[in-house]
Amino acid sequence: MKFTIAAVALAALTSFSAHAQTEIQWWHSMTAVNGEVVNDLAKNFNASQKNYKVVPTFKGSYAESFTAAVAAHRSGNSPHILQVFEVGTATMMASKGVSVPVGKVMKDAGEKFDPKTYVSAVAGYYTAPNGEMLSFPFNSSTTVFYWNKDAFKAAGIDTSKAPGTWPEVALAAAKLKASGHKCPMSIAWQGWTQLESFSAWHNVEFATRGNGMQGMDARLKVNSPLHVRHIENLANMAKQGLFIYKGRANVPEASYISGECAMMTTSTGFYGNVARNAKFNWGMALLPHYPDVPGAPQNTVIGGASLWVMAGKKADEYKGVAQFFSYLSSPEIQAATHQRTGFLPITMAAFRLTEKSGFYEKNPGTDVGVNQMIRKTTDKSRGIRLGNYVQIRDIEDEELEQVWGGKKSAQEALDSIVKRGNELLERFEKANKG
Amino acid sequence: MVERRPLLDLVSHLILILGVIVVAFPLYLTFVASTQASSDIVHPPMSLLPGTQLVENYQAAWSGTGGGTGSTAPVGRMMFVSLVTALVIALGKISISLLSAFAIVYFRFPFRMFFFWAIFITLMLPVEVRIGPTYKVVADLGMLNTFAGLTVPLIASATATFLFRQFFLTVPDELVEAARMDGASPMRFFIDVLVPLSRTSIAALFVIQFIYGWNQYLWPLLITTSEDMYPVVIGIKRMISGGDAQTEWSVVMATALLAMIPPALVVVLMQKWFVKGLVDTEK
Amino acid sequence: MEKRVVFRSAWLPWALIAPQIAVIAVFFFWPAAQALLQSVQQADAFSTRVEWVGLENFVNLWNDPLYIKSFYTTAIFSTLVAVLGISLSLLLAVFADRIVKGALVYRTFLIWPYAVAPAVAGVLWLFMLAPSIGIVSFWLRAVGLEWNPLLDGQHAMTLVVLAAVWKQISYNFLFFLAGLQSIPKSLIEAAAIDGARPWRRFWTIVFPLLTPTSFFLLVINIVYAFFDTFAIIDAATQGGPGKETSILVYRAYYDGFKAMDFGASAAQSVVLMVIVVGLTVVQFRFVEKKVNY
Repeated sequence: MKFTIAAVALAALTSFSAHAQTEIQWWHSMTAVNGEVVNDLAKNFNASQKNYKVVPTFKGSYAESFTAAVAAHRSGNSPHILQVFEVGTATMMASKGVSVPVGKVMKDAGEKFDPKTYVSAVAGYYTAPNGEMLSFPFNSSTTVFYWNKDAFKAAGIDTSKAPGTWPEVALAAAKLKASGHKCPMSIAWQGWTQLESFSAWHNVEFATRGNGMQGMDARLKVNSPLHVRHIENLANMAKQGLFIYKGRANVPEASYISGECAMMTTSTGFYGNVARNAKFNWGMALLPHYPDVPGAPQNTVIGGASLWVMAGKKADEYKGVAQFFSYLSSPEIQAATHQRTGFLPITMAAFRLTEKSGFYEKNPGTDVGVNQMIRKTTDKSRGIRLGNYVQIRDIEDEELEQVWGGKKSAQEALDSIVKRGNELLERFEKANKG
Repeated sequence: MVERRPLLDLVSHLILILGVIVVAFPLYLTFVASTQASSDIVHPPMSLLPGTQLVENYQAAWSGTGGGTGSTAPVGRMMFVSLVTALVIALGKISISLLSAFAIVYFRFPFRMFFFWAIFITLMLPVEVRIGPTYKVVADLGMLNTFAGLTVPLIASATATFLFRQFFLTVPDELVEAARMDGASPMRFFIDVLVPLSRTSIAALFVIQFIYGWNQYLWPLLITTSEDMYPVVIGIKRMISGGDAQTEWSVVMATALLAMIPPALVVVLMQKWFVKGLVDTEK
Repeated sequence: MEKRVVFRSAWLPWALIAPQIAVIAVFFFWPAAQALLQSVQQADAFSTRVEWVGLENFVNLWNDPLYIKSFYTTAIFSTLVAVLGISLSLLLAVFADRIVKGALVYRTFLIWPYAVAPAVAGVLWLFMLAPSIGIVSFWLRAVGLEWNPLLDGQHAMTLVVLAAVWKQISYNFLFFLAGLQSIPKSLIEAAAIDGARPWRRFWTIVFPLLTPTSFFLLVINIVYAFFDTFAIIDAATQGGPGKETSILVYRAYYDGFKAMDFGASAAQSVVLMVIVVGLTVVQFRFVEKKVNY
């Protein structure tokens, strides 16, 4: 009799604790080594407490995962956490009832959450005009400049510091070409590095209304004189063989690693690849700027993705999400992730911790990205939030390609980007009104 | 061959060798890349001769530890899912298409041509466009993250029905007359005469549909909610870094080749069915 | 085409055709209807707001000069892919059918590339033909050709046509082989005894008997060129440079998939469907007359 009661009680207890493990579904798009980081983060969080189990599922590229989320949402099968790329921010924001702001989730769960501890340029991108944080920055990177010190030395250029301004870059490129170098410079993620981040770095508008942060009636402003001047410079460099176009997105990066191109503007996320595979002396430096522009250099714009909390879940599950986010924000976890992946640290505390540990000294160049970001931001440099942005990025690629191929002038291409882009922005505004 | 023509034979071999080189060259590249270290691959030009890392890379690929698989699903399990999916899709498609083509070609019934065109039109709207609503149907039927969900929606194929229709139309009428005179029922004719005659088409379709099912990427990605229902192609794709982080190309290529072994086996085995001349003796 | 001799049964054909009709009704027609319905709507990504806009999506398409341009791009692309794909694979199949020695090896190597997963195939093409790191680019440069599909529209078109044809050669080869294998040996022997040489035998006996297969492949290849080549374009050129390789289906997928503009995507799919259905009807009406059953 006693034995039976004890057995039943034991069964009840164990089944109770088994039920108490609430599952948190996390859909992400992290591939290769970054995918391992995701799995480790989930594993360690799950091991650190018993109530919640974060289950990460790779759902393809950002576009594929987003499609999956849309399909799932329409049939009520959303995950709890969804990783969305930065260009999808406006879409997520405008879709009413699809997500719950992170600030609200944290507050409701009673988790300590102070937006001021987050790096302004990083968290600001994902914050609503009223200061409420909408999504949780996860893998943020920014635009930097890589250069090949060996190639510079062979061309007789001083290698004690990187070219810091665009005129210096052009000069170095000319010297490289004169010494027989086939590809002095190339650029990756051209829309992001040469238009978006370029704008923020020089504290000029990319689009009106604070680059879209303040309203959906924002319109593009990339055909301003400064932008035209810059693209014209690049076009001239292309004509002279100083800048060789190597493709869209991150495809050009392969030509830097192989030593073919001596200078490259791309993401901080490229660092790990370079460190591992470059067989030459290399350096990582600030994005070049035009010295005669007032306010430059300001800060650069981030890229990457953030974690959104999807609507329609139970309160207990949201508590788990909040706890997970607190775990992710802890300085130790942030610092470790930052050092392992090259993602920017999202809190100042994590940055200081990494600094103190001597990581930046042992790995020169890794603090470049962070240093570009911890400056205070202005209305024009906080970030970009425009609808239909995936398409606008592609328009940027298409039009710039025609400039590099000599088919259009810089002014024509930029005007075209503005025209086509604004049509898309109008459609977005119309589709999402009220 | 019918008579000996050595010159034509030589030409045949030359053209075939050229064809194989051109068509199979990427395959060779995959193999070579899987035997080298990743760092060699990113420094072009990659050597065209096999490297020395064969054992390490394949071990890493099989055990799923090859730096940057980013996956918790073991390769073995993924291959199993792919295998089941491929078999069910191939066998499912072939069987229902054989029946439908038989009905359309050998019977007269109202709406016959309408049904043929209805089946045929399924080729005209690509999957990706209707994938959202299809997902909803599958979700409503409770088939998410199941083998049924992975396979049944993909069985609606017009290709097989179309091919069988083409083939059945070439089968001589005398055979049908003979069967009817013998008093055989339609199904008897179907099983004893038609299906054996169709073996080469069935073999070809089996290869194609098996590979089609094996290589599914987008649909499984959408409807699976846990990584243990992943087919192997997703496993490969997630090793290829979509961002700036580096990709372990050697392990990716090794895994890709491992993943190609079952389809390759199917190709080799099905060749037995491509034997000319047997068709004659069965008449 | 009709059979002269058929079976009679009131219920059997219905039973035979039922499984396929059931599957396509539930998993094709129902979702397809919903997808096409979106062509007269305008919605945001998550369909939190859906608005009926009549033919506005279609009007937007016609007013876009780049969309009109993609008609020409698609026509060129599809013709090249279908013609090259069919002729090259027929050539290979005929020769593979002839020889006895090494037949298994040749056939395996010619069919196996079809087994390369599209995800990997895209990467392989990048490996081979990327201007910087590609092996083939290297050779072309060594020969003196400046190969640059990034900035030269014609190079880009060549690249995607090659990639698309490559994939299809294995597929076509397989079916041609099956077709050739089902031609009774006795017919060929009879012709040889009559003194016909291989070239003549091919045109008077083999090719006519291959027409059912050829017709099948013609339709399938055109459908393939129009519909299934999205992944190749996406992996190789993303429709670039500019819009030089942006075929109709690429834009349709892109809108539905990356841009989340389902209304535009559905409208484009409707246009695509109309074109391909039209082409198919033409083929069935005019080309099938020439097919020998």
